[in-house]
Amino acid sequence: MLKSNTAPMFLQNVKTSKLKEQFFTTLNAMLLPLIGLLIFVALWAMIAKNIDTSLGEFPGPVAVWEQTGTLIDEHVAQQEKAEAFYERQEERNAKRLADDPSYVPKIRPFTGAPTFFDQIWTSLYTVAIGFLIASVIAVPLGILCGLSKGVYTAINPLIQLFKPVSPLAWLPLVTMVVSALYVSDDPLFSKSFVTSAITVALCCLWPTLINTAVGVSSIDKDLINVSKVLRLKPLTHVVKIVLPSSIPAIFTGLRLSLGIGWMVLIAAEMLAQNPGLGKFVWDEFQNGSSESLARIMVAVLTIGIIGFGLDRLMLVIQRKVSWDKSVSLR
Amino acid sequence: MTTQSRTDRHLELSQVGIDFPTPKGPFTALQDVNLKIKKGEFVSLIGHSGCGKSTVLNIVAGLYQATSGGVILDGLEVNEPGPERAVVFQNHSLLPWLSVYKNVELAVKQTSKGKTKAEIKEWVQHNLDLVHMTHAADKLPSEISGGMKQRVGIARALSMEPKVLLMDEPFGALDALTRAHLQDSVMEIHASLGNTVIMITHDVDEAVLLSDRIVMMTNGPAATIGEILDINLERPRNRLAMADNPEYNRYRHAVLTFLYEKQKKIETVASAKATNSNNTERSNSSAA
Repeated sequence: MLKSNTAPMFLQNVKTSKLKEQFFTTLNAMLLPLIGLLIFVALWAMIAKNIDTSLGEFPGPVAVWEQTGTLIDEHVAQQEKAEAFYERQEERNAKRLADDPSYVPKIRPFTGAPTFFDQIWTSLYTVAIGFLIASVIAVPLGILCGLSKGVYTAINPLIQLFKPVSPLAWLPLVTMVVSALYVSDDPLFSKSFVTSAITVALCCLWPTLINTAVGVSSIDKDLINVSKVLRLKPLTHVVKIVLPSSIPAIFTGLRLSLGIGWMVLIAAEMLAQNPGLGKFVWDEFQNGSSESLARIMVAVLTIGIIGFGLDRLMLVIQRKVSWDKSVSLR
Repeated sequence: MTTQSRTDRHLELSQVGIDFPTPKGPFTALQDVNLKIKKGEFVSLIGHSGCGKSTVLNIVAGLYQATSGGVILDGLEVNEPGPERAVVFQNHSLLPWLSVYKNVELAVKQTSKGKTKAEIKEWVQHNLDLVHMTHAADKLPSEISGGMKQRVGIARALSMEPKVLLMDEPFGALDALTRAHLQDSVMEIHASLGNTVIMITHDVDEAVLLSDRIVMMTNGPAATIGEILDINLERPRNRLAMADNPEYNRYRHAVLTFLYEKQKKIETVASAKATNSNNTERSNSSAA
């Protein structure tokens, strides 16, 4: 009797302990980051109080939270203003059209200062274009380097030479070249945008280029032999064999590139005066009001969150594109 | 008489040798390999690890270029890889991002210019049928077993309608039961299609069971053909019946004698790995 009882009880214990274990792992996964965050905020608040700058006390979490609210309010207010502006224009145009049917109505754009959220959008747009330019160059070139040892040997010194160059060194050159070459009466893009995007592109070429080359050159030799036996044409070889097998390496490169591009962009915008987050930080710094530091801190956190978001986005795209759904990506 | 000599000279390796460059100067892997293979013949290459049997196959495939001598297939010199000499690779080498069907389809599309879509589909199906893999057509290679992958590898090679089918230790990575199944399948296919086959193997039983001729290679460096053994066992051969067949055992004995007496591998540290695989081979043969 005793014996028959012990066995199921033992099993039950195993079961509950397994459940417990699972419960604690999920709890840990949620709780530990939260604890980390709380400790960080507490430390930040404590230290901030003790730093006095010429612009007042260093902003603590509360001041930053307040400024986040202010920035949102400013954005909403500005939007309302813009709407009112367009409404007034429409009214006026309707009136003039009623008085004089031959009148061709003109709509003038709203010229209010860009808000924080407009600037986020500008930054995202700029980095996207820069990253796109870099990728369009780096992926095919990387494939070429991976396929041909000769091309790789020829290009490798250049890669090593330009890879460590800071965006700040490129910027003056890019600015002058853009000013000289990008001359048009009715420019589609502003010069500051073109300068920033090109600087971003110059800095985020390299990780994609290197990773693509490494990925392509390390394709399973047997698969290359399959391709040879089938006499696949070069283009078919690239599309059917090379690209699918080097997708993980290419994406590693792209993710590194996008991360670098986002960092570079902020610096580039500061100096090129592209109306994005970099310019926001710079303007607030020059402005020097008592809220400036808190507003810059909001920008810092925003930059971090967006950078993280961009990386996740690349992961999602990689999952969509890659044939191997089983790999754990992080 | 002329037709006889033409079929005799279907595939001819003459004076084939190859040197590989090493930092210490060229290393001669093969020397003076001479072999004539008839149309429809099933030839096995057997020898110790590192004796250059894969190198011979790669030269016939066109993946390696012989340093001296050459290979002639139906009167044309072989100097590049091509689908008329399809290869079944040891580790299947299916494209992991394509389904079983698409893997075979890639080969079919590449080799059958002018076929209609329906004809291509039918031919892919037909070849998957040959290896009994129609049921897994939509699976990815990672979703099927090792034996199934090798079946698909064989289907892919057959679908190119090769003049010569080259198999590089096709069953080396499989367990004994799966291997036996696949050997039976290969015998069936060879009986019905009559392809010329060159197969590399470590396995003495496999060689005797499948081949018309067994080519035994000496140990490298500068390996060459040691002996050639004709296997005059009637086809179709039955694995069970063969176990008690004195003829079969005589052939087996001949191959084993060659490998373990005449070409006994000297055990050095460098060949420790090779010796290991020989040991497993030995235990395989004694188990069978």
